[in-house]
Amino acid sequence: MSAEALSADTATAVAPERPVKAVRKSLSNPLITAAVVALAVLWTIPTFGLLISSLRPARDVVNTGWWTFFAHPHFTLANYHDVLFKSGFGGTGGLFPFVVNSLAITIPGTLIPITIAAMAAYSLAWVRFRGSDAIFFTVFALQVVPLQMALIPLLRLYTHGAHIGGVQFLPSLPKGSYYPVWISHTMFGLPLAIFLLHNFISRLPADLMEAAKIDGASHFRIFRTIVLPLSTPALASLAIFQFLWVWNDLLVAITFAGGQNKVLPLTGRLAQLNGQFGAHPELLTAGAFVSMLLPLVVFFSLQRYFVRGLLAGSVKG
Amino acid sequence: MEAALQGLASSMLVPASTFSDSAAKIGNVLEVVAVFFAVVLLVFYVAGKASGKLEKPVAIVVFLVPAVLLLLIGLVIPAIRTFYYSFYGATSAKSVGLDNYKWAFKTPAIQTVLKNTLLWIVIAPVLATALGLTIALMVDRMKRQAVVKSLIFMPMVISFVGASIIWNFVYNYRDSSQPQIGLLSKVVITLGWKHPPNWILSSPLNNFLLMVIMIWIQTGFAMVVLSAALKSVPDEIIEAARVDGAHGFRLFSSVQIPMIRSTLVVVLTTIMIATLKVFDIVRTMTGGNFKTSVVANEMYNQTFVQFNNGHGSALAVILFLGVTPLVAYNVIQLRKERATR
Repeated sequence: MSAEALSADTATAVAPERPVKAVRKSLSNPLITAAVVALAVLWTIPTFGLLISSLRPARDVVNTGWWTFFAHPHFTLANYHDVLFKSGFGGTGGLFPFVVNSLAITIPGTLIPITIAAMAAYSLAWVRFRGSDAIFFTVFALQVVPLQMALIPLLRLYTHGAHIGGVQFLPSLPKGSYYPVWISHTMFGLPLAIFLLHNFISRLPADLMEAAKIDGASHFRIFRTIVLPLSTPALASLAIFQFLWVWNDLLVAITFAGGQNKVLPLTGRLAQLNGQFGAHPELLTAGAFVSMLLPLVVFFSLQRYFVRGLLAGSVKG
Repeated sequence: MEAALQGLASSMLVPASTFSDSAAKIGNVLEVVAVFFAVVLLVFYVAGKASGKLEKPVAIVVFLVPAVLLLLIGLVIPAIRTFYYSFYGATSAKSVGLDNYKWAFKTPAIQTVLKNTLLWIVIAPVLATALGLTIALMVDRMKRQAVVKSLIFMPMVISFVGASIIWNFVYNYRDSSQPQIGLLSKVVITLGWKHPPNWILSSPLNNFLLMVIMIWIQTGFAMVVLSAALKSVPDEIIEAARVDGAHGFRLFSSVQIPMIRSTLVVVLTTIMIATLKVFDIVRTMTGGNFKTSVVANEMYNQTFVQFNNGHGSALAVILFLGVTPLVAYNVIQLRKERATR
């Protein structure tokens, strides 16, 4: 990607800039600009180093610093090939199956919680009843619960099911399936998702809902035909967040899919391999970059929504 | 270049079963998603038939119950149970009173963990927010600020595991007689420090080096949110302040910063909560060894490595009590905001 294409891309995307007033323009100062550019470079160097390392032959990565690449450029894609398809290290057939696992976890892990959250957010905003405010604040406050607190009870629930007085009313889940991971991500994603969607949905124009009601539309119809289409921007930004959170997650993954390569996602596998850093750093670099590729593509192509989602929770207006 | 092409060519020799298995897996997953949506639509259709007095309660139940049930099972009940088990022994069989808490506060190793956690929640959020604010102020008047912002924000989208691998190439240690592959060692050696230490092994320095990773990740978040807040300060106010003689630092400290104070607090508390729960960085960089463990990591160790449910639960409760004031503060702010709407 050329720097120009990148800047043209992002200039319109990150911050929808207002026309800068003459006052502010007159304040810009070459020293400050230089400092900011230096910071941006400093922030990028570690990632850049990884990218360079991943493109160098194994011998070079182990023996010389990545910055020597510019003096002696040896370029190869072998690391990517090995890490994806070869049983190069660990002997489990490369990372490709784990990429598939990551996708298999992330797709439902994003779509299901957002659907359930949108339903809850709509009812908390527009089907008011006594106690809906209390539920809303409780949901928000549930951020307080550290994930770690929920792991053991959930693990027990998944392996034994739930019984009340000897009667099983929730079945146990098959070991080595994605269900525990999906369900956990849904549970853990809900508080923030409901909160952010509620902020958006509660600000939709009331007249619209009233008009639909008068026309005899049920809540379900209003939800499907008015609320969902109008909330697309909020749903999109939230989907990006949930996607990143699930894709990048390690804790839920190693708890509910740990030790089962059939379902373990990429992060879990990389963490295992990172423990053996000395062994094959060059493969690890390619693996790490593979795991970052999708998030980076999502970030650079959808950052407008991304930033909007960040702001929904924290800036008024 | 040749090697690259060879790599590509031999990738065609991958057993076809890998791909067909993968396709089948993804197919199954999509099927599950389709079934989920079909069920939702079916429930909507059936529940939509309810009319008159029944309509509202049915709508509430259908919309709200799935979320409430999942939250109860996934967060509320586990939290209560963890609280309960924190007063029980390793296998949750015998009540031990406050022993687990005494253990947590009296064992030297755990005291180190608590001290580290305290350092983390003070230093990382404050520095990340301060840096984010500084950058937001600096770019506020810059052209092409979007490029700079994207680059600084980029670490936010990288997984902690990925970040750890990235930073391994910064903190890597080699004896100074050998060619270096760690960037930090290389830089300090070039600057004249002949024998830099093994960064990750040197306590307490290693704690701060791990915090740098957190700051690297969170600064972008602080910058984006604060930058948006700064833009929402009306130009008229800034202009008026300038006419009154406020420039540079005075303009920031007495006009811009007070105007965005509430956002500043939200950013700070959000990063604090994230920091308290920090797990992945420590887990993947040091595994909590070399005196770098924090509560979230130690809790995982006690429960899943030492199999001591009591100790693990007590640490979880301590973590919970640490986050509570921060979230409580945010809830109070939220209520105020909601009341004025």
